[in-house]
Amino acid sequence: MSEEQMTITIDALITQVSGLQREDLEHWIANQWVRPEDAGSGGDYVFHAIDVARVRLIQELHHDLQINEDALPVVLSLLDQLYDQRRRLRALNDAIAAVAPEDVRRDLARHLAEHEK
Amino acid sequence: MDDPYKTLGIARDAGAEEIRKAYRKLAKQFHPDLNPGNAKAEERFKAVAAANALLSDPVARGKFDRGEIDAEGHERHAQNSARGPSYREYAEAGPGHRYTWHEDDLSDLFGSVFGEGDGSGAKRPRRGHNEHYALAVEFLDAVNGAMPRLTLPDGRVLDVKIPPGTGDGQTLRLRGQGGRGINGGPNGDALIDIHVKPHPFFTRDGQDIHLNLPVSVSEAVLGGPVEVPTPRGRVRMQIPKHSDTGTKLRLRGRGVAAQGKHAAGDLYATLRVAVGQPDAALEEFLRGWKPDPAPDPRRTMETGT
Repeated sequence: MSEEQMTITIDALITQVSGLQREDLEHWIANQWVRPEDAGSGGDYVFHAIDVARVRLIQELHHDLQINEDALPVVLSLLDQLYDQRRRLRALNDAIAAVAPEDVRRDLARHLAEHEK
Repeated sequence: MDDPYKTLGIARDAGAEEIRKAYRKLAKQFHPDLNPGNAKAEERFKAVAAANALLSDPVARGKFDRGEIDAEGHERHAQNSARGPSYREYAEAGPGHRYTWHEDDLSDLFGSVFGEGDGSGAKRPRRGHNEHYALAVEFLDAVNGAMPRLTLPDGRVLDVKIPPGTGDGQTLRLRGQGGRGINGGPNGDALIDIHVKPHPFFTRDGQDIHLNLPVSVSEAVLGGPVEVPTPRGRVRMQIPKHSDTGTKLRLRGRGVAAQGKHAAGDLYATLRVAVGQPDAALEEFLRGWKPDPAPDPRRTMETGT
């Protein structure tokens, strides 16, 4: 898996994302909107690159787009479902490209094109 | 980059509020995470964000209006400093599984698509769900810390550790106390939203506690020791001579208890002189009392004319 291994601490994250309040972030973590890794018993969090990008996304949704705290979990769950589907679609594409013979792939493409109409 | 005013669709003399509104409207429409895979939307969003960054910074906007900088230069600057890769770039790739919504296994899904469910994903261990609870806590229990016992709807009993200084609206997490894990997976967490009940005479401001402390006329004028209620029992305090209603006294370390990095807060007692039921001697004395100059406690009040 090509997951990026670079991680940062909560303090570094707060200085990195402009306008981010520690209180807000802790609230998001408590609500599981952001799920950093828990490094041991001290309650020190470790943020991967995707966590950082997600914090930035929530900050944008909340502050720039004014999606309030009640609506945020709805938006996030829809986004998560959307990305789940897109990852699946991508995996399906990869599987077909790797396994299906040329003529099957062409048939599939033709079939899909007909259904688009 | 195009003219940032055109990008946001606003006039050159638009105010800060108009800029914000225009930006929000367009950002909602074109945010890349709301339009995954739509390269045009992403381009538009970048342009809109750059235009907003330029126009919402009064210094940069002034320079741009006077022709001292061009939008291009500012855009480069803003993009280099502000945005990393968008969330989508991670969510659609490998790390995205960290935030998966549905617990289905890919092989389950594709197994069903191709009518050959091999069941290989069926026994995968899954983490239990998080469960949310609300808990009302007495003011002093939140200030001093407490360990109330909570009986859950399913009959389980939980001892919830409320740390000293817990605030209203804070959420406590009890690891592993949520829904049971499936196929040997870890349990979910219990998340407990704390509501702190008000206190009859204490109020809280961060780590400090405030209260109004009634004192008698003679205690205010002559001073002397009084007993003050604090979150952790009564404490003797010296009232200075010539105190008055509004005099604020501090008891160091008698506020919210110390916890972790937070030192203990202070207790602030604001005096309220209470005359009470006057006796004949006081009436007698006041009748004969003619201070010079006569005090006027209302001298600072405006007359309104």
